[in-house]
Formats: sequence, structure tokens, C-alpha cells
Amino acid sequence: MTLRSEINPASADFKANAENMRALVADLRQRLSDVAEGGGHASRERHIKRGKLLPRDRIDLLIDPGTAFLELSPLAAFRLYGGYVHSASVITGVGRVSGRECVIVANDATIKGGTYYPMTVKKHLRAQDIARQNNLPCIYMVDSGGAFLPMQDEIFPDERNFGRIFYNQAQMSAQGIPQVAIVMGSCTAGGAYVPAMSDESIIVRNQGTIFLGGPPLVKAATGEVVTAEELGGADVHSRQSGVTDHYAQNDSHAVGIARRIIGNLNPPKAPAWHVREPRQPNYPTEDIYGVVPVDARKPFDVREIIARIVDGSEFEEFKKLYGQTLICGFAHIWGHPVGIIANNGILFSESSLKGTHFIELCCQRQIPLLFLQNITGFMVGKKYEAGGIARDGAKLVTAVATASVPKFTVVIGGSYGAGNYGMCGRSYGPRFLWMWPNARISVMGGEQASMVLSTLRRDSIEADGGKWSVEEEEAFRKPTRDQFEHQGHPYYATARLWDDGVIDPADTRLVLGLGLSAAANAPIEPQRFGVFRM
Amino acid sequence: MNTIMKTGAPSGLYRRFQTLLIANRGEIACRIIRSARVLGLRTVAVYSEADANAMHVAMADDAVLLGPARARDSYLNIDRIIAAAKQTGAEAVHPGYGFLSESAEFAKRLADEGLVFVGPTAAMIEAMGSKSGSKALMERAGVPLVPGYHGDAQDDATLTAAAAKIGFPVLVKASAGGGGRGMRVVREADQLLPSIVSAKREAKAAFGDDQILIEKFVDNPRHIEVQVIGDSHGNLLSLFERECTLQRRHQKVIEEAPSPTLDSKQRDAICAVARKAAGAVNYVGAGTIEFVSNGRDFFFIEMNTRLQVEHPVTELITGVDLVDWQLRVAFGEVLPLKQADIKLNGHAVEARVYAENPAKNFMPSVGRIRTWRTPDEGNGLRIDGGYREGDVVSPYYDAMLAKVIAWAPDRASAIDRLNGGLSAMDVRGIVTNIPFLSALITHPSVRANAIDTSFIERELTALTPPQPATGVVELAAAVASILVDEAKDADGTSPWNTFGWMPVGTRKRKFVLRAPDGATHDVMLRYGSAKSELVVGERVVSFAYSVRVTGEIDVICDAMRTSTASVIDGREIYLRTRNGRFELHWVDPFGSEDEEQTSEDRLVAPLPGTVVAVLAEQGAVVKKGDPILTLEVMKMEQVLRAPFAGVVKRLNYKVGDIVPEGAELAEIEAQAQPPI
Repeated sequence: MTLRSEINPASADFKANAENMRALVADLRQRLSDVAEGGGHASRERHIKRGKLLPRDRIDLLIDPGTAFLELSPLAAFRLYGGYVHSASVITGVGRVSGRECVIVANDATIKGGTYYPMTVKKHLRAQDIARQNNLPCIYMVDSGGAFLPMQDEIFPDERNFGRIFYNQAQMSAQGIPQVAIVMGSCTAGGAYVPAMSDESIIVRNQGTIFLGGPPLVKAATGEVVTAEELGGADVHSRQSGVTDHYAQNDSHAVGIARRIIGNLNPPKAPAWHVREPRQPNYPTEDIYGVVPVDARKPFDVREIIARIVDGSEFEEFKKLYGQTLICGFAHIWGHPVGIIANNGILFSESSLKGTHFIELCCQRQIPLLFLQNITGFMVGKKYEAGGIARDGAKLVTAVATASVPKFTVVIGGSYGAGNYGMCGRSYGPRFLWMWPNARISVMGGEQASMVLSTLRRDSIEADGGKWSVEEEEAFRKPTRDQFEHQGHPYYATARLWDDGVIDPADTRLVLGLGLSAAANAPIEPQRFGVFRM
Repeated sequence: MNTIMKTGAPSGLYRRFQTLLIANRGEIACRIIRSARVLGLRTVAVYSEADANAMHVAMADDAVLLGPARARDSYLNIDRIIAAAKQTGAEAVHPGYGFLSESAEFAKRLADEGLVFVGPTAAMIEAMGSKSGSKALMERAGVPLVPGYHGDAQDDATLTAAAAKIGFPVLVKASAGGGGRGMRVVREADQLLPSIVSAKREAKAAFGDDQILIEKFVDNPRHIEVQVIGDSHGNLLSLFERECTLQRRHQKVIEEAPSPTLDSKQRDAICAVARKAAGAVNYVGAGTIEFVSNGRDFFFIEMNTRLQVEHPVTELITGVDLVDWQLRVAFGEVLPLKQADIKLNGHAVEARVYAENPAKNFMPSVGRIRTWRTPDEGNGLRIDGGYREGDVVSPYYDAMLAKVIAWAPDRASAIDRLNGGLSAMDVRGIVTNIPFLSALITHPSVRANAIDTSFIERELTALTPPQPATGVVELAAAVASILVDEAKDADGTSPWNTFGWMPVGTRKRKFVLRAPDGATHDVMLRYGSAKSELVVGERVVSFAYSVRVTGEIDVICDAMRTSTASVIDGREIYLRTRNGRFELHWVDPFGSEDEEQTSEDRLVAPLPGTVVAVLAEQGAVVKKGDPILTLEVMKMEQVLRAPFAGVVKRLNYKVGDIVPEGAELAEIEAQAQPPI
């Protein structure tokens, strides 16, 4: 069925909404253009003077000319570590190289020599997760001084820390996911394992170096005086040590070699689903700006969003008259089939059951799932608890958790509490998760949280016979509200890798198309659901 | 159309044939097929092995293979052509031009086989085919010949008197000679005797015979010819003249009608003479009487007893389809018009497009035509082509690809139209003379008709100018053409082909383009979410482009839109812009040409051995792969080569030295290579 928009683009509401969203998008663009600068002018100039290309230029050269690049979490480490570790000093993303979708990880040596901060590690690991889940070859463009030593405790020892990078390389290689490294700068200590653990590696002469201990360490340990090039340059590793397989004259030559390596891989198996000819939606995607109300508490019909992101605005709705706060239905995005689950209010038992049923359908039919998340949570109250909302919610969460088809989540509004779980939050393993700039994420709303805390406080004070004035209570509640607002902001979230990036809502369709296209590289695992509480 | 002519025909038995074999190839075969088809005839092409996929073969209803590529085994093989006619039931043969078109033997053989030869009789061909015979015939008919003295009396008085009668300037040359030896141009009477003396001396030395002849020397010679056509009912018409003065090595390049040199009185006179000349043999069929002229007088040279390459200019100014008329004459019909009905209308100019390189002494170019784009016909433009995209130009035949012909009410406009037509042609894969033709017809002397038959040879340098300097428009067009070419192969159904989408920062792409003179140009394209820009040196220009349905690319730089055309073949980019034609090489952005290069600055002995030769000097600048020295290892000589481009800093061994494995033989300092 073709969705018909009920919204009037000439209305005052629409204009106000659009203006509000435009301001948010403009701010996002500003942040993104700030981080695009990397390590600042002087550092960039120094980098270029050495004959090196800037990391984003390396990527531009690596991917097929003019094609899209799905950069991941560009605002990682935003306002962390003093605020200058733009994009966490590593650029990751999915791009097409010689016709093959690949995960690209490129260190930005213009920021603190490309050293790894905690978020750098997290971002690198997240990129590898995406590669593994979607069966995408990895290309590492290495130019990094290794761990940022002052924070080594948060980088080195834990399960998902630095060592995991090489563990992932070995695991992916074992799964037949090609690992290619281009050594374009330093690969010191642990970093030396990136090329060494790769299936094929390239090194750039007079630029790339690989060693377990750099010249200062060698001198300290043995007294031997040696230059970096002599110790671990391209000649050493391409002629003597065999750590690298290809010798490149410069960055562009190295990128050309990498493109040829990828070009000679066998193509992945055909996707599990049929991809048809894509069609544009019947409404401009930019109209989304006017759909989302300025006031996040105001409801809007999520079908208006769906009509603006799916092929031909065609949406076959399932159980339209049942559990109406959760919209379920089939559509196509860029030709890929998707089962869409979208919030149109809070979750009740019926909507949970409907969602569970629909996920079963998609898994049965091998159709990827798309969650459009705008959820304050499950319904609370005596009636609903007694009615078993926890039981029905658990069914939905079980279905979401164990669905083996690719899942995609876009947080288009609120993402609160258990609603986050039921709607495939980060913990539920969506292949990609993106947020809109108007979104908010926290365990509950700031208002509710401060209310909960102040109620507990008042109870405690009044139990002791004390008195609590309204002013005192308001003063008590404000910091909690502020904290939730601060920590629930999408920039705060994306800085910590809770998502794969904050996106312009108008790009949602394209971003999903790229994500679906990437996900189509991996076969769908056999489906096994957990026990559904009946 | 199929009515039998009632006019009393002496030899003219009306015989309308149904199937026509065209014993030719290329554009003329195609052009004949078109007219034959309009008359409702079935057409048969013949072809050689080299032409199996040629355009004329594809156009014809039937086609017969004659034999191997060599003309004498195919298009000149009379037996095979007759066999082909029999095989296909063809009743008539059109010979086109060249090949067997002026072979009396061919005409006779066809007649003997009961086949119609679309052309004159063998006797007419023979009569006009002999140079001396035809001149004698013309002299008797009162057709002006180049005045001359060919007598045996060689005394000074006789020769002086003869020269005076001919009128200066005269040409004194050896009777036995050729090739200009013993030839003198004499402009004044008092120079005659000394010239005779030296000419005789030279003739004696060169040919052992000092007999000389004297001819009128035609100053600033022009080539003017008259189209005639006769039917078998005794009607003979002239269809005005053509001027074909622009030639190179006796090959016509540009032809026009009418001649801009003649006034109407001269025109009437030359046409009358031409009719007289053709009438002398009661000519039947289409033919051309060729004259040499100094602009005032004209003298008969020869008659071509066939259709000429340049016949379209006559067609455009008279409205007559000469091939149609040839076929009607061959049917035995009476010519459709009378002399008084032949009217001159406007001016037509033709340019012959050849696969040849004017800058390299017109060296023929062979190969596959990768791109063949011609402007639309109409608006006074006609294109007679014999090749299509993908066709192969073989070395076996004349390399003419097409003729571009323009008509306009006046000469200046016709030239402009022709130039417009030529400028809009893109032919790639082979070298063509198109830019040369454009330069030629727009040359001020050509526009002013201040030309003679040696004009091209004299002005060749000016007519083959080097590529103009590459400007921003060309660089923008080159970038646009690369992007268009890449988008052509892109799958529009993939979201990855959303051009330039990347939410972070501006995307950049550097193009290095090299002109034929070696000048390189760096162009940085900035694109992506914001508006695209090109950075060329210090200049930053806004950049956009769009592709027209015709394939041309509109490039918009700094608010100016200009139409360009391009062809990309590998890394070679050919462009046509408002500033002319350009060829640029797009340097591989990945620098893969040097992929084998290594950075080790030492050349080491791979095994122990003896130095048997040192092949480079200290301080020499070497390219990658240049030999440095020869080592004898295990009785095998091994040449050690420069692993990369650089300078030989030091040679460590001399001939005879025994070197251990790993010994450093020479030090070479590499040239740095920045990424592009």
C-alpha cells in the first residue's frame, strides 16, 4: 500500500519543526566539519610536507572514485580528552573498493601521532565488529604511534582493549574475511601486529616503519644506535624480514596496490534476499525535518517518516488494527526488503506481542529488520503489571535479541528504559545504529528520574519528620534533570560510541541503503529463538 | 517509372534492370546503394576479406566475397566480379570511382557477358583514356590545350619563334624527361636562349638526348573541371564546373562548385568547351572534363570517364542526383532535364576526411575507429560516409573515410557551414585530417580564393598548428569527461553510487593531466556535500557539468556554460572545446608505472662473479632498467640494471674484478617521488 502523507508542508507547525531540525542539522554539520580538520593546521601541514596524504584523502583515493563513504562515528571522543582528539584519531567506515564493500580503518597521525585513546580502541574494535558481522574485508591504513601511554590502563589490559584488535584480525582471517594493512607511518610495539597479523600487507618507503621496539627503546635496552628506517623500514620488511608483502613508493602507489589486492578477491556469495530495482520515495526525504515536532513530548505518526524513507513510499502494514502503538510492516529501501518496526506511542502487551510475531515473520522469511526507535518505555501501572507486561515485553526482547536476520536501528526520538531493549538498542546487536540530532537516550527521562529521586528523598525526609519545601525540592531535582539532559544528548552518546554516528535525518534512507548493501555480504545464520515466556 | 521510353533511340533499347552490383567499397558504394534503393533496385555489394564487416556490405541487400584484401585479388578482379554478378542475378554493375571505373577492358567484358556497365562504352573510355590520343582528339574538336612546341627542329630560331607564339612565361623541358630534370621556367624573352642551352645540356647528361620541348607555363595554376552527362539519345548536358585547386600531392582535398575564380562569361565558355569535348566522342554517362587555369585562360588536361569523388558539390548546386541520372542513362532513359533547365543555385564546398596525419607528411593511419561522431545532416550539411564506429581502416585501400559537404547561398556561408560540420566531428582510434581541413578552409587565403595548386604544400606548417595551450575550460572538460565516463559504468541501483556522499568534510580528488608538449597540469576537484570546485594553480573556479542527449558535455565554470565533446580511451583524453581540439594524458593516480621500483640505493651482486663490462658512468642520470654493469656468474652473463631512476653516485668495481656475493657494485641516488 502506498502511504499518503497527511502533513501539510505549508502549515505553521511544519515550518517551525523544519526550522528547529534545520538548526540541529546545521550544528551537526558544523561539528562534522570541525572534526574533518583532524589535528589542526600546523600538524596537517607537517604531515603533508612529509609527502604523506591526509587520512581522509587516503580514503578518498582508496574507495571507488566518487562513491559514497559511510563514515562511522565521526564524532567519537567529542569533548573527551581535552576535546582535540577529533574522531578519536581514527577514521573508520564502510566504502566500496574495487567494487567490493570493505571496512576501512585509517589512523589520523595529525592528532597526537595517531595514538590510541580508549575511544580509539573502542572505535577500532567497533569497525572490526561491523566487518565480522557483515563479512567485509578490512583495510587498515596504519599511521599510529600505538597506545596513548598516559591512559594505558584504559587501553591495554581489559577484554575489549588493544589486544582485541589482533584477536579480531586472527578470528576474521580464520573466517575468510580478508585483512589487508597498508603501513603508511609508524607501527610501533603492539601496532606492529596490525600488518604482521594481516593476510597481505603493503609498506610505503621512507614512511612506513614496523618494529616492536623503536630506536629509543633499542638504545635504552641494548645501546644499539639505529634509525627508524634501518630498524623497520620498507626495505627491511619487504626484503629481509618478510613482515610486508608489497613495497610502495608513496601513499598513492600503496593505495593502488591495496585496490588491486581487493580487486582480486573472490566475490562474496549472493545476498540471502532478493534486491529489486530501487525507487525513490514519493515525498522528499528533507520533509522529515517538518514532521518531527519541536517538542519531543508531542506525538507524531511515524508512518510520515516511513513514507519518506522507503521505496515508492510503499508500506505493507501488518496487524494495523492491533497494538496500534507499534507499527509493523514490510517495505523496501534501495531495493532491499525490510521489515520495519516503529514506535507510535508506548509499548503495551499487545504491541509487544505484535512486534514479536512480526520479528518471527521476518526471520522466517529472511528479511532484515529496521527499528525506528522513539520510545519512552513500556506501560507501567497496576493493571499492566498484573496483565503481564513484563512477560510480553520479555517476548519482544527475546525475539529482538535472538533474531538472526540483520537488524538496523535508527533512534529518531527518545530511547528510554526497557523500550531501548525492545526496540533493538545497542546491546541487542544491530548491524548499525544511528541517531538523529533530536534524539535522546537514557535509562529514563530526566524529569522522571528527578521525580523518582525526589520522591524517595521526600519520603526519607518526611519519615524522619522533616519538612521539604517546594523550592528545596526543585533545587534538588535540577542537577539530576541537567545530568540526564547532558548525558542523554546524541553528541554525548556518539562521543562514547553508543551509536555508529549522528546522522542528518534527510540522509536516513541513503545511510540505511548503504548499511543494507553492506549487510547483504554476510549469510544469515540459522534462526534459533530463545524460550518465549508464555 | 517503368514506362518504356518512346523516344526513338538509336542504340537506346530501354532496359530497366532490377539488380545492381556495386563494384566498389567505402563511401561511394554506400552512396550508390542509397540512390539505387530510391529507384527500387536490389543492391549487391562485393567485398574483400578485409572488408567483411564494412559498412557497404552491411547496407547492401546481398554481398559476395571477392577474395583476399589486396585490390588486385578483389576489387580489381574482373573475373570474380562477373562471377558475383552471375551468382546474384545482377544485371548491371556500377563501378564507382577508382578501381575498375575507367577500365575499358572491364566495360568490354561486362558487355560481352550481357551485363550493363553503368558508364560509358569501352570505346569512349579508350578514346579518352590515352593522354596523347585524347589531346589530339580535343585539338581536332577545337578544345584549347596547353599551347606548346613539340617539333623536331631544335634550332634557336625555331625555338625562339615557338616561344614567342606560345607567349611567356613558358616551360622549357627535356622531351625524354620527367621528374623536373632539365626543366626551366622562362618568364622573359631574353632569358630564353640561355635556358635552352642549359636545359639541353642537362637533358643530354640525364637522358642522352638533348631534344627539348616548350610549353606554356601556367602561373598560379588552378584546377577547374566541368561535370557532363550524356544519354544514349544524343543528349549531352553540362552541370557547371567545380574548382579543386586545393590539393596535396595531386590529391584533391577541398572541392567547390561553382568555381569562385570564374565569372559567368567564363563559366558559360568553359561549360561550352566541356560539352564540345564530350561531344567529340558522343559521350554517354557521367564524366568530367578537367582543365588547368591561370584564372583567365583554361586548357584541357584530361577527361575522367566516371563519377568523381567530388560530385556531391555539383549535386548540391543543381539539385540533380547524379547517381540516379547515371542509372537512368544506363536504363536507356532520356535525361530528365534539358540544358536550359540546369540552374545554378548557391555554393557548395566539400572536404575529404582522410585517415592520415597531416603533421607527419600525411602518413596514413590504420586501425579501429573507436569513436565516430558526426553532426546531423540537414541545414545545408551533407555527409557521405563509408565507415562507422568500430570499423577498421585497413592499409589496403584509399584511406578516405567520408566527405563532408556544405551548401549555402554564398561561398562564405558555405565555408562556415562546412567548418561548423567539421568542427563537430569526433573521430578517434585513428588519426584524421579533420583539424587540418578546418584550418585549411578557414585560412584567409582560402576564404579570399587567393590559392593555387601548391598552396597546401607551401602553407603546411600553418595548416598543422600544435595543440593550443591547455586552459581552465579544457581541464574542467577533462575532469568532467572522466567523471561522466566513470558514471557510465556505475550501477545506478547501488546507493554507493550516490556521487560524492560523505558527511564529513570536503572530498578531494587530484587529477594530473599531461599535454602532448609534456606540460603537466594539476587539477584538484573539491566535491561532496558542498558545491564542487576546481583548483587549478592559484585559481579556484566553481565547477558543474551536465551531459546532453547528444553526448556532449556542458561544462559550467564560474557561471559560464560551454559545450564540449570528449572521448576517453584508457588514460588518453581527447577533447573538443570552444578553443579547439585537445589531447591530454591522464596520469595514473596510483603511479603504478613505477610499481617495481625499489628504494634500495645499492646495487648488489646477487651471486659471486666477475665484472665483464661497466655500462654506466659515474654521475650518469639513469632511468629505471638502464644497464649498469655486466657480471659473469657461473658462465652466464647477467646485466645488472638500475632498480629505479636516479644518479649513479659511485661505481665500486671495474672490468675484471671478482666480486663476492652481496658486494655493493654501484651506488645510485634515487629521485624522490611525491604522491600524486
